[in-house]
Amino acid sequence: MMTAQHILSQFRATGVQTCFHDRHINPQIFAGLNGANWRLKDYEARGGYQALRKVLGIGGCEPMTQDQVIATVKESALRGRGGAGFPTGLKWSFMPRQFPGQKYLVCNSDEGEPGTCKDRDIMEFNPHIVIEGMAIAAFAMGISVGYNYIHGEIFSTYDRFEEALEEARAAGLLGNNILGSNFSFQLHAAHGFGAYICGEETALLESLEGKKGQPRFKPPFPASFGLYGKPTTINNTETFAAVPWIIRNGGQAYLECGKPNNGGTKIYSVSGDVEMPGNFEVPMGTPFSKLLELAGGVRAGRQLKAVIPGGSSSPILPASIMMDCTMDYDSIAKAGSMLGSGAVIVLDDSRCMVKSLQRLSYFYMHESCGQCTPCREGTGWLSRVVDRIETGHGRPADMDLLDSVANDIMGRTICALGDAAAMPVRAMIKHFRHEFEHHVAHKTCMVPAYV
Amino acid sequence: MISESTKARFAKEVAKYPADQAQSAVMACLAIVQQELGYVSTDSEAQVAEYLGMAPMAVHEVTTFYNMYNQRPVGKYKLNVCTNLPCQLREGQNTLRYLETKLGITMGQTTPDGLFTLQQSECLGACADSPVMLVNDRSMCSFMTPEKLDQLVDGLRAVENK
Repeated sequence: MMTAQHILSQFRATGVQTCFHDRHINPQIFAGLNGANWRLKDYEARGGYQALRKVLGIGGCEPMTQDQVIATVKESALRGRGGAGFPTGLKWSFMPRQFPGQKYLVCNSDEGEPGTCKDRDIMEFNPHIVIEGMAIAAFAMGISVGYNYIHGEIFSTYDRFEEALEEARAAGLLGNNILGSNFSFQLHAAHGFGAYICGEETALLESLEGKKGQPRFKPPFPASFGLYGKPTTINNTETFAAVPWIIRNGGQAYLECGKPNNGGTKIYSVSGDVEMPGNFEVPMGTPFSKLLELAGGVRAGRQLKAVIPGGSSSPILPASIMMDCTMDYDSIAKAGSMLGSGAVIVLDDSRCMVKSLQRLSYFYMHESCGQCTPCREGTGWLSRVVDRIETGHGRPADMDLLDSVANDIMGRTICALGDAAAMPVRAMIKHFRHEFEHHVAHKTCMVPAYV
Repeated sequence: MISESTKARFAKEVAKYPADQAQSAVMACLAIVQQELGYVSTDSEAQVAEYLGMAPMAVHEVTTFYNMYNQRPVGKYKLNVCTNLPCQLREGQNTLRYLETKLGITMGQTTPDGLFTLQQSECLGACADSPVMLVNDRSMCSFMTPEKLDQLVDGLRAVENK
């Protein structure tokens, strides 16, 4: 007898298309995964938890000091994979290790930046790599309690992570006196329930405290006033997942996998107009053209028009600029955009830029938390004006109006959502102004209509 | 009244947090209530508030802030189709339209038999799986071609009408 659960489970992602396609380049986090080998024993067979053993000095070697762990991460040039690209080792050094009270470690798995779907595959198919990375981070900063805050929409992944936590606890890899050492670390999973803003780290903390997720003023920064007002370090899922490799192989080796100042590998989520969308783990500094090739290239019969290189909040880049970029923080920044979360949204030559922006601007209006007036009101203005241009009611002055509203939002809000809403608008008008003008003049797209 | 089995689920969530921070479990408790009752009523909010030692209004603030909490009853199966840009580029909108036609409702509505509620949703974080939809908050359904949508809707109807 079929149950509803049976029916729904037929449509559960297998990871074959997005993760186990063998089109990564020298993967570290995704190496050797097949969907069935996510459990503790499989992870250990891949060398898992050796880095934690090394740090704790289990099995004869000298234990590492906290300073040595942080120095290794600094040397690796690992930068935050959630979007900001802040040097991880430096962030860890901000934690007041000698603070006598409770300190917290938080993993930001609230992956809701449109285009981004890498942390889901990491936690779904290799959850222990995140647990091990967090345990090492907790050791380095003298932290005894951690939380992994997971996007509420990926509930089955949250359930899987909980299961992995149980496995790690049962094996003595989490909890009191880990592997017989004097290091103790309690790690728990929490979930969101549909609020993009909770990916902002202080909104996430508010949510973790059981409140509506509205960002906090900074300073004070979480390193001094974080969860429950205690010193807190927050990193992205992929950032923690990179740590075990770094500890096992050394900071220098990780750095050499990528480019100077852009160490290691990075997982790019490629979506939109490509033949084979998915996650691709490649060395930092891989040419964009190579990444596009891994994703099967632009849809058959189509030309590349533009790329949003780092999630929907990053400024769009025309094909000609993008094809000259390498995929790393510095190259994309130099081209005028941001590597962000590594979510590469590809648009082909059949796409209307006004229509694309219309959907994004609606999203930011929908997700503005309402706390700051420039964002609450401004995102509504952006959305309504882009909407009227798209639907044939635009006015010649609308492009300047959009620019003015965007300008009035930027830098005037507590968190970055305001800037995230404004930047795509400005970049779209900068690079594709003629399409907006065409819409205003002719009340229609330059490309044939599509849904 | 909160049943003993529900209380046991609540307790597991509360145990994750410091003793004086039970409020941290409110998100999980409300999600549990929704899973068991289909939505979060004012009564449920009051019960969760009492259980966690919070003001009912503080619970209500959470229910109304996060998109996935149902503040009123929905169909037995809530279908959330992502139409954000990465999905828009891969049939997201068409998927929503297809379901509107198939179910004979527009987004935001519930079918007269109370089986399906159809909603447009923001990024589900599964962009490479597009077209993608979330059923009853917990089941992500990937690569939803029209054939698969038929299979899903017809299959659920068959289960319910058996």
